[in-house]
Formats: sequence, structure tokens, C-alpha cells
Amino acid sequence: MNTDLQADRRRIARDAIAIGVATGAYGLSYGAIAVASGLSVAQASFLSLFAFTGASQFALVGVVGAGGSVVAAGAAALLLGARNTLYAVRLADVLGVHGLRRPLAAHLVIDETTAMAVAQPDPADARRAFWYTGAAVFLCWNVATLVGALAGDLIADPAALGLDAAFPAAFLALMAPRLRERPALLAAIAGAAVALLATPFLPAGLPVLLAVVPALAITLWQRAAGRSVR
Amino acid sequence: MTALWVAVVITGAGCFLLKLAGFALPRRLVEHPAVRGAVELAPVSLLAALIAVGAFTTAHRLALDARAAGLAVAALLVVARAPFLVIVIAAAATAAGLRAVV
Repeated sequence: MNTDLQADRRRIARDAIAIGVATGAYGLSYGAIAVASGLSVAQASFLSLFAFTGASQFALVGVVGAGGSVVAAGAAALLLGARNTLYAVRLADVLGVHGLRRPLAAHLVIDETTAMAVAQPDPADARRAFWYTGAAVFLCWNVATLVGALAGDLIADPAALGLDAAFPAAFLALMAPRLRERPALLAAIAGAAVALLATPFLPAGLPVLLAVVPALAITLWQRAAGRSVR
Repeated sequence: MTALWVAVVITGAGCFLLKLAGFALPRRLVEHPAVRGAVELAPVSLLAALIAVGAFTTAHRLALDARAAGLAVAALLVVARAPFLVIVIAAAATAAGLRAVV
């Protein structure tokens, strides 16, 4: 039993570190792109420390780099950050944090920590996965941002390393065990379909948010059917 | 303070508050069974959407490229129950390899 627990811990720590390192590689390119787009090193790092949500940060520097207004840049970033609200609603009960740990936990609610937490079969592992992944990603992301911002063009293109394919693969691997339940599988397929269909027509961030609609619809349908599809 | 600094600070604060808002939502609301079910399923839907957008779109357009091949390899390895690290590295190597060759 005890060795099981240790094996579990090791597995979670190993996966968390892997995600942290991969995120760090992205952080290098974020730092470099941020400075190339006209942000100062301090501004690039400020966002990594306080916004701490990669997609939003890339969106902001992307809009600024393309010569867009700072209002448009901030709006794009916030739109992409809105999915973290939905993650936090889901994680609130699992994490059960109060007092000062609450803002700390909230700060770490991102795609990677949510995917790791919801992939675990029991709440204790879910909490462990959340904190380990949050710590690994926060550390790697911030160190990498600073290095990338200072080193600039030294950093390889993430696409050349296949990193842009690594993240979808990682999220798929984390979600896979849950997809054995029918409602979850349906929600995943419908969520992906809705986001892809909406992508050509909506600003970045909204298509992914829209995926919450099938999750709601499937829940309502299950209740109306008066049975669990499980 | 420059306009860019204002945008950076507001974005930092806004992104944090968006996360905190999810924790602060009244539990009474979240405990309603219908909401509860949707909250359980939402991360699965959102992460699946994130996978799809990350693998199959480029700047508002649908795209089929090396990322799709990487994701396909990942899916096969998931079915074969390969370890997490193997799946992630194989997907990245597939995409990078294809780009190097083509």
C-alpha cells in the first residue's frame, strides 16, 4: 500500500516535471517573441509572474507585435484567460483550499494543472498532481521567460522541435482515461467539433470557451433522459 | 506609466481575477445537480477543444499539417497504453521529423 503511494507520487512528479520542462521550452520562445514585439524584459516577466497563463500572454504580445492597440491586446488576453474561470469552478471542490492558499491555488489554475488534476482517479492524487504541476510549470515558465527575453534570437523555433504537437498530445494522453466514460467521450468530441467549426468566425479564445455548451447540453440531456449513460 | 504598461498590469490582474472568480462562485449555485454535472464535464470539453484548435487550426483557419500526424501517433500510443512521456516525445518527434523531411 505504502509502495503504491510512493509509486503514485513518483509517477505524478515525473509527469509534472515533464510538463514543466515542455512549458519551459515554450517560455523561452514567449520571452524572445515578447521582446521582439516591443515589450521590455520587465513587462514580459511581469506577465509570466502575474498573468501566468501562456495562451493569453502569447495573444497579448502577438497583437502588440502586429501593431494592434493595447486595448485589443488586453482584450484578446482576457478572452483566452476566461477558460481558467471554468477550470477553477471544477477544481474548487477537489482542492478544498481556504485562506491564503486560495489565491495561491487560483493563480496556478491553467490548462496543464487542470488536465493533470482531472486525469487522476482519486482526490488525493488530483491535489498532488495540481500542486506538483503548478510548481513545476510556474518555475520553468518564469525562468524560461527571463532567459528567452534576455537571449532573444538564440532560441529555436518551437515548431522546429515539434513542441506545438507536444501539447495537444500531452492533453490527449492526460484525458484518455476519462474518455472511457460515455458522457465524457461525447463531451470531448462535441467540444472539439464546436471549437473547430467556430474557429474561422470568432476571435481567438471564444471557440474553446464555446465548448462548454455541449458539456451543458449533454448534462441536461442526461437528466431529461432520467438515467446515467455511464 | 506607458499605455503598454497599463495593458500589461491590467492583463496580469485580470487573468488572476478570472481564475479566482471560479473559486469564489457561490457553492450553492455549483451544487445544483445540473450545474454539477456540467462542471464535471466542462474541463473535458474545453481541453478537447484546446487539443483540436492546437492541432488543426492556424490563425483562424483549419489546417492539416505535421501537428495532426503527431496527434495521430499520440492517439495510437494512448491506445497501446504507452507511458505519458513516451507519448509526448513521440508526438513532438513525429512533427519535427516530418517538418525536417518535407
